[in-house]
Amino acid sequence: MLHYDIVIVGGGPAGLAAAVSAKEHGVESILVLERDQELGGILNQCIHNGFGLHTFQEELTGPEYAGRFIEQAEKAQVAYKLNTMVLEISKDKVVTVMNGKEGMFEIQASAVILAMGCRERARGALNIPGYRPAGIYSAGTAQRLVNMEGFLPGRQVVILGSGDIGLIMARRMTLEGAKVHVVAELLPYSGGLKRNLVQCLDDFNIPLKLSHTVVDIDGKDRVKGVTIAKVDEGRKPISGTETYYPCDTLLLSCGLIPENELSQSLGVELNPVTSGPFVNECFETNVEGVFACGNVLHVHDLVDFVSKEAASAGKHAAAYVKYKGKHPAVVSKDIPIVPESGVRYTVPKTINPDRMDEKHTIRFRVDKVYKNCYISVYLGKERIIYKKRPIAAPGEMEEVIFHKELFQAVPDLSKITIKIEEA
Amino acid sequence: MEARELICIGCPMGCSLRAEIKESQVISVTGNTCRHGEEYAKKEVTNPTRIVTSSVKVEGGKLGVVSVKTREDIPKEKIFAVIKELKDVRVQAPVSIGDVIIKNVAGTGVDVVATRNN
Repeated sequence: MLHYDIVIVGGGPAGLAAAVSAKEHGVESILVLERDQELGGILNQCIHNGFGLHTFQEELTGPEYAGRFIEQAEKAQVAYKLNTMVLEISKDKVVTVMNGKEGMFEIQASAVILAMGCRERARGALNIPGYRPAGIYSAGTAQRLVNMEGFLPGRQVVILGSGDIGLIMARRMTLEGAKVHVVAELLPYSGGLKRNLVQCLDDFNIPLKLSHTVVDIDGKDRVKGVTIAKVDEGRKPISGTETYYPCDTLLLSCGLIPENELSQSLGVELNPVTSGPFVNECFETNVEGVFACGNVLHVHDLVDFVSKEAASAGKHAAAYVKYKGKHPAVVSKDIPIVPESGVRYTVPKTINPDRMDEKHTIRFRVDKVYKNCYISVYLGKERIIYKKRPIAAPGEMEEVIFHKELFQAVPDLSKITIKIEEA
Repeated sequence: MEARELICIGCPMGCSLRAEIKESQVISVTGNTCRHGEEYAKKEVTNPTRIVTSSVKVEGGKLGVVSVKTREDIPKEKIFAVIKELKDVRVQAPVSIGDVIIKNVAGTGVDVVATRNN
């Protein structure tokens, strides 16, 4: 059987950053498994700009950002297999893999890094009534068709959901000559970044209808139109508010779900809030030696943060290989980080002061839009962080930074609480 | 004195900016967390600009199209003129990141360059 110290599932931004970092931290035997025909993952179809300001201090497009990491991986001589699908990972880290050249085979790994990314919520999960005609695409599928394959999937477009991909595609379809009639969002706020509302919708006078949803799809062979209605506070359509939009295409941008089927069969415990694994500050899951990073862990807004997190996961996986799972510094227990009012979840879920770096970034999302609120962190009863935020919204990930010395002052800590406090 | 509330599009942070304007010039910018915010607010009030990204057809490449961008931001009102010039462009593979696809697109003085290898 083939053996590698670290096997990385997924060759997108997370997998590549993890691989390069693990190599930098002394592990030579690394294999990246990628199911597509090239490295780079979803960035290859994200041809818009805005990537890399944090990582490279310049504004890049998705393929350029991916290109930088592919270059680094090539330079570090990281081994990878393309067109290769991982079928299963066993608890003792035997990875069952298949591709068209080598058939099905097994690889024994000492550590595994899960970097499979996420996928879009599909129509079936949205319960939209109506026929199932051609012309209904997830926004990401349309993005791939336009940006990589060179096809325009429709001319008269309605978009359901104001996630970033939907907003980006509203602009992209407009530039390619399509007419985007409206973006409808079920929630009373947008799920996308504010900058995308400005540069993708406002710039092109595309209306955004908040608290609206699709209540009917017309057309049997091809979409002929969709009916959009206002919803009440319980997200139920309000009768009498229906508007019919003639169109040939409906794009869905209704959320992303980490792709964790492999993780689940491996026994990795998932957080029902994020649909991603629970991890400690090393990005290690409940299964020893199995790490997770990128959008398979929790869906990010910025690839720059994915790269940072993944580099940390790669470093810790390298340490796991080096210490054979027994980190020499650890004497105390992992401390749980508990999200309370307003905070939906945190990554990581636990932190160990003996093992943590000098500082560690805790990332999370809030449950609704807050204005002039404070992000508060409590060690027991003592409030140690009180950070003012003029605005906090579910569409934009929040962070707080924990410094190691914070914990040295408070031994025997049983939990850390993060919450939103309104002014 | 006049003021405009803006959202910075410099990066995905999307800082909320406030630009104070006097005689159609920006005299102060607040709310930004980096220098890009100040630059953006000044431009957005006086001469709004955008980087345009799109794709052009490729012959003989692995994929049928290659992604491109304007190397720098161009005046916002020129977006559709840029797109129109890109429409009938066909390039021969191989194409590499940074290759110039169109020089001085739509009279903006800015080149369109490839953003992926194909």
